[in-house]
Amino acid sequence: MKISEVSLSRRRFVMSAGVLVIGAYLPGKGAGANAVGHTTAAADNAFAPNAFVQIGEDGIVTVLSKHTEVGQGAYTGMATLVAEELDADWAQMRVLAAPVDIAVYKNLAFGFQGTGGSSSVANAYQQMRRMGAMARVMLVQAAASLWRVPAQEITVSQGRIRHAASGREGGFGQFAALATRVPAPDLTTVVLKDPANFTLIGRQNGLHRVDSLAKTNGTAQFSEDIHEPDMLTVTISKSPRFGGKVRAFDASEALAIPGVVAVKQIDTGVAVYGKNTWAALQGRNKLKVDWDDAQSEMRSSEQIFAEFRQVSQKSGVIAANRGTPDEAFKNADKVIEAEYIFPYVAHAPMEPLVGYLFWDGSEVKARYGCQIQSLDHKQLCDLFQLPPEKVQIETILAGGSFGRRIDLGNPILGPDLAADMAAAAKAIGPGHGTKVVWTREDDIRNGWYRPMILHRLRAAIRDGKVTAWTDTVVGHSWAVDSAMAALVVANGLDQMMVEGASEIPYSFEHFRCDAHIVPGKVPTSSLRSVASTHTGHAVESFIDQLLNETGQDPVEGRLALMGNAPREAGVLRAVAKAANWQGAGVVEGRARGVGVAKAFGTYVAQIAEVSLGEGGIPRVHKVWCAVDCGLVVNPDVVRAQIEGGIGYGLGIALYSSITLQDGLVEQSNFHNYRPLRIDEMPQIEVVIVPSSENPTGVGELGVPVIAPAVGNALVQLGRPRTSLNLPLYRPNPNL
Amino acid sequence: MIDLTVNDQPLSFDGDPSMPLLWYLRDEAGLTGTKFGCGMAMCGACTVHMDGVPVRACVMPVAAAQGKKVTTIEGIGATPAGQAVQQAWLNLDVVQCGYCQSGQIMSATALLMQHVAPSDADIDAAMAGNVCRCATYVRIRAAIHEASTTLGKEEAS
Ligand code: FES
Ligand code: FES
Repeated sequence: MKISEVSLSRRRFVMSAGVLVIGAYLPGKGAGANAVGHTTAAADNAFAPNAFVQIGEDGIVTVLSKHTEVGQGAYTGMATLVAEELDADWAQMRVLAAPVDIAVYKNLAFGFQGTGGSSSVANAYQQMRRMGAMARVMLVQAAASLWRVPAQEITVSQGRIRHAASGREGGFGQFAALATRVPAPDLTTVVLKDPANFTLIGRQNGLHRVDSLAKTNGTAQFSEDIHEPDMLTVTISKSPRFGGKVRAFDASEALAIPGVVAVKQIDTGVAVYGKNTWAALQGRNKLKVDWDDAQSEMRSSEQIFAEFRQVSQKSGVIAANRGTPDEAFKNADKVIEAEYIFPYVAHAPMEPLVGYLFWDGSEVKARYGCQIQSLDHKQLCDLFQLPPEKVQIETILAGGSFGRRIDLGNPILGPDLAADMAAAAKAIGPGHGTKVVWTREDDIRNGWYRPMILHRLRAAIRDGKVTAWTDTVVGHSWAVDSAMAALVVANGLDQMMVEGASEIPYSFEHFRCDAHIVPGKVPTSSLRSVASTHTGHAVESFIDQLLNETGQDPVEGRLALMGNAPREAGVLRAVAKAANWQGAGVVEGRARGVGVAKAFGTYVAQIAEVSLGEGGIPRVHKVWCAVDCGLVVNPDVVRAQIEGGIGYGLGIALYSSITLQDGLVEQSNFHNYRPLRIDEMPQIEVVIVPSSENPTGVGELGVPVIAPAVGNALVQLGRPRTSLNLPLYRPNPNL
Repeated sequence: MIDLTVNDQPLSFDGDPSMPLLWYLRDEAGLTGTKFGCGMAMCGACTVHMDGVPVRACVMPVAAAQGKKVTTIEGIGATPAGQAVQQAWLNLDVVQCGYCQSGQIMSATALLMQHVAPSDADIDAAMAGNVCRCATYVRIRAAIHEASTTLGKEEAS
């Protein structure tokens, strides 16, 4: 197979006559808004440069999403923003992933191309609306010139362009070709709608997800589903201990499996190449590898926590400081202390990592559910030693991520999927399409976990009031040696380790948050809601304890301290109202707990109603959640993200724990890395607090406070505070 | 040689009879709607119907499908229950990443073929083997009830 035969997309974005393409104008790229619209000779496999929106003669409006769809509804969000300003009919909207072009498709919040931090709608809100508005202006101009009527007399609604006075009307497709010859308006000055006139943004019902149908009838294509002629499926045997290296291997039995065509030692382990998945899986089972553990992590989780605990006795790099907390402790009537520990957590997206790559010796084409195109593209360029224009990535749907598809692989932290794909392709040589597949065991055991973390909290009480609060955060930093370091680490402080702890909703006279980064050999990465996966629980458990000890109500007591946090107070009031909060206390075996947080510019408050189920497993009956994420683009997507985020967070809160014993990961699949199941899912009521502030993200916001809301209820049911380390359910409490 | 029927199409396979039905369907028959999530009957992503009964294709050798009728997500829409379930899934926008949903829909359809009006407890029992990491469970439950209502009305009329 030659690289020209590798179909990067069967549904590619075609440049052809009669297609209106709206894109970003970039000096030097030579492409204006419609410059490619009338190109007739373009190769049919070329992406229109800089494109964001394409309108064909069939009237279909295709949006190129710079954000990867991992389930969070990014495609639906991008389509809504464009359709709103274009006044399109929802049924005519389609979405594809954008190619890699950092200058055009960068995330405006990060400065590189990628999806994360609940930023998709927030950073694209103006940009994608402008694309829609521009397309509308050009279509209207085209209609005006064809009908010879003033453009101002033309209206557009639900995909129909009308001139009332003359009774003429038509669809977008009729004007697409003509519109390509209309001069493009200036993208930065094009007039956007007054939010009061929105018909799609904020609409409650009827705006279905653009990806629902394909994901309901089995036609949606994920990385796992890629099947190319002559493709080899590759499994990789990796060191069972982090940092281990191949000493020797024996492939004779593996090669005896029918369908196994090769076994090669590669940079990231030993690769087994099969004609199909079953052969590649069986071959790996028969492979014998002798691992050299000279550089490996040999410790157990307890030993790593012991190190953290020791470090936590000293104060670390200051993240925030107000007043003189040390003085306040000296003058306190009482000092309250707490420690919360958090294990490694595997993201376990439903689709384990998979990627397809074709290398012909001089060019690379990769296709998979890529999340941070900028980082992956750079890694592939470096690994193949090819210039950027010789490496293409086609992004397709990803079967969940929760942070796992952010590939931080590098020589310090270790390899991840991009490195696996490159190593597998290089070892077998040019001209073979290779699909690297990870099994669930690989997913659970190969690292890139939410780091282990410890919080040591102290509060000074004087005259029945909290006068000082300190929080020392100790743990690994996933960011420090990664490509993200420049973005989040400065002067020894990793912002993504302390978000939610360095700034809290409560005002105390004396306050300090400090942090220690403890290096480790286990590769770590960010998990859905990042620092808030631990800061939310530590802060909200501790404040609850302080309110308890000073005899205050969990809701009223929090509100009294929220003088400088009006939006946090807003969501807390809203959730208390929805849940008809009557104070703490156990009613018919059920108790309610509270949690409040801010993350990624969004505010959430939750109340969980909990009882103790069989075997002491907490049973969560209902969760109320109020969210303030500014102006809401897709209310139903927001509700879905909060519902799912609570379920995901509850699974982590109750069960998720990756533990090491002598350096070996003790979990391997869903039988011992327990996911939340439908019979454990609470009822959920979501309250969206109305706001006209700029939109902020919600993809991660269900997660931060479900753990403390449940934990705080458990205390009322008799669990001691000291037992609220995560996960809350521990068959073996020593781990 | 193994002969089986998949979505009403007769097929035969002369490869390794111990190959799991999942990999046969995906790699050999080209039906990739059935997903791999765990490979050990712990997640339900690979659920298909064999003679109308839901099975986990990841632990079922293809040889066990000899002479059987297999229905996958690609074919389930041809049944009234499957159609009602898929429509309810669309109406409520159940999906998020979507990767588990073929299995969810196959399990839900099997449930409704048995019980036209399942209780919440029936849903828990029938669906607890299907993991959704996006935790779309609230909507899965609601959509099963909605599909049940649709099927009930069809039966009445
Ligand atoms: S893949 Fe078969 S049950 Fe998980
Ligand atoms: S929708 Fe993502 S795993 Fe179920």
